[in-house]
Amino acid sequence: MIEFEHVTKVYDDGTEAINDVSFEVDQGTTTVLVGPSGCGKTTTMKLVNRLEDPTEGTVYYDGEDVTTLDPIELRRNIGYVIQEIGLFDHMTVAENIGTVPELLGWEQDRIDDRVTELMSLMDLPPDQYRNQYPRELSGGQRQRVGVARALASDPEVLLMDEPFGALDPITRENLQDEFLDIQDKIDKTILFVTHDIDEALKMGDMIALFDVGKLVQYATPREILETPKNQFVKDFIGENRALKKLQVTPVEEVMLTDVPDEDRDELAAIARGERDGIEPVKRLDSTQVALSQLIENDIAALPVVDDGGDVIAVVTEKAIRGRQRTYEAGGA
Amino acid sequence: MGIIADLIASYQFLGENFPRFLELLSQHLQLVIVSEILAIAVAVPMGIVAARNERLRGPILSIGNVAQTIPTLAIIALVFPLLGLGFKPSLVGLFAYAILPILTNTITGIEDVEEGTIEAATGMGMTDNQILRKIQLPLAIPVIFAGIRTSAVINVGTAYLAFFIGGGGLGLWVVSGIRLYAFDQVLAGAIPGALLAIAMDSIFALIERRLGGEAIQGTTTASA
Repeated sequence: MIEFEHVTKVYDDGTEAINDVSFEVDQGTTTVLVGPSGCGKTTTMKLVNRLEDPTEGTVYYDGEDVTTLDPIELRRNIGYVIQEIGLFDHMTVAENIGTVPELLGWEQDRIDDRVTELMSLMDLPPDQYRNQYPRELSGGQRQRVGVARALASDPEVLLMDEPFGALDPITRENLQDEFLDIQDKIDKTILFVTHDIDEALKMGDMIALFDVGKLVQYATPREILETPKNQFVKDFIGENRALKKLQVTPVEEVMLTDVPDEDRDELAAIARGERDGIEPVKRLDSTQVALSQLIENDIAALPVVDDGGDVIAVVTEKAIRGRQRTYEAGGA
Repeated sequence: MGIIADLIASYQFLGENFPRFLELLSQHLQLVIVSEILAIAVAVPMGIVAARNERLRGPILSIGNVAQTIPTLAIIALVFPLLGLGFKPSLVGLFAYAILPILTNTITGIEDVEEGTIEAATGMGMTDNQILRKIQLPLAIPVIFAGIRTSAVINVGTAYLAFFIGGGGLGLWVVSGIRLYAFDQVLAGAIPGALLAIAMDSIFALIERRLGGEAIQGTTTASA
């Protein structure tokens, strides 16, 4: 969907933002550009909607060299989210969300319907918020408006520049979770810029890790954690690599499908919600969640349930540790 | 004579010369309103051009600055040998003096729109003209209007000087009253002008608040 081919960008003042960057983003996936500030990740993103043009190399959008496309038209076909300051304070929430459809010349009725649909999707009750102004909203709500606005014309590609950066940690985490759910439904091709490696590991199907102007490693979150390419990547991931690995490992990889008979009753009781505070996990939940349940509740085994609530497997601390050992031995 | 006696005397003077007062007041208002409208018509477009074109900003701002730096009386005096006496030359002088506050506020208003807002608008596919029309100008209007308000209030005061080159207005009573030591006449000319300036300021303030709209009022109720 988006391809960078030996792209170099040098600004007019001689600063080299990125040097010989190549990678490809598949349709329907989320690629996170991550790195310290000034590493060129934002510049890389801006090359896609031609807020910047490459000095050397080519950026392809759907197979076409972007510099051959009309920037105005290209931008109207690409959703763009920046930190909350990007909302138009003099327009209502509905007007903000309807900006691009209006530029595209949609009928007012169609715009209204679309705005209502998106506000519901983003969990902003339309009747309550439609006519409010951005400054009357909380930070999290403003960010929802920003995302809704970017989705307004149903673009194939979304560019998100630190979209959750200005939020407090709890709101940020909630929005991340919600956005992952939404992405499941809308299935867009997303380029997501952040300086936060944890956010990158959580949000990304692929991670492009930048160091001053260079693309150091382009890989899945698992690969980045298991086989960091060099010391820079290791340092950037930070000290808790093992814990972060748990975060990106789904429960299904560590669970034991042979449930011991003597545990069955207890596990079924947990699955039915009869043990206060203990929540069963599902196969795609992160192993980190499972481990924290085990430790917090001081129990030996946690049930893994299917969508119907039936126990299909069990997770134990030992099973998780076993997984960790092989990874430590094989990885670093 | 005490100040109270002066005030009473001026009130009597006003009553005795009421038709003349209305004439002077009307001249004064015409000077202010016409020159102000001309200044708005010139300064706002100039400000827009200056805000969008960095190379023109310097020259445009210096024109406005020069007009403002020259003492008002000097401008009026300069206009006299160039354009002669009367209403029109006075207008030119007042017009020149009224430009700068509007010009600087137009430039500031447009430039102070947050960069992130402009970037979002660009990234969403607005053309430069659309950004100006839909984003920059609406956000700048309260600031531009504040410039117009300042300019208009100053203008009421400056218009007193129009008398020196035959422009008429309330300055006639004030200046000739001073020459004649006729305080009743001075006050009858000065007090209505002061009230006019205050009234104008209040009316503009009211409109300004309207213009700011809910978006600006929203700042006070915003929660993080």
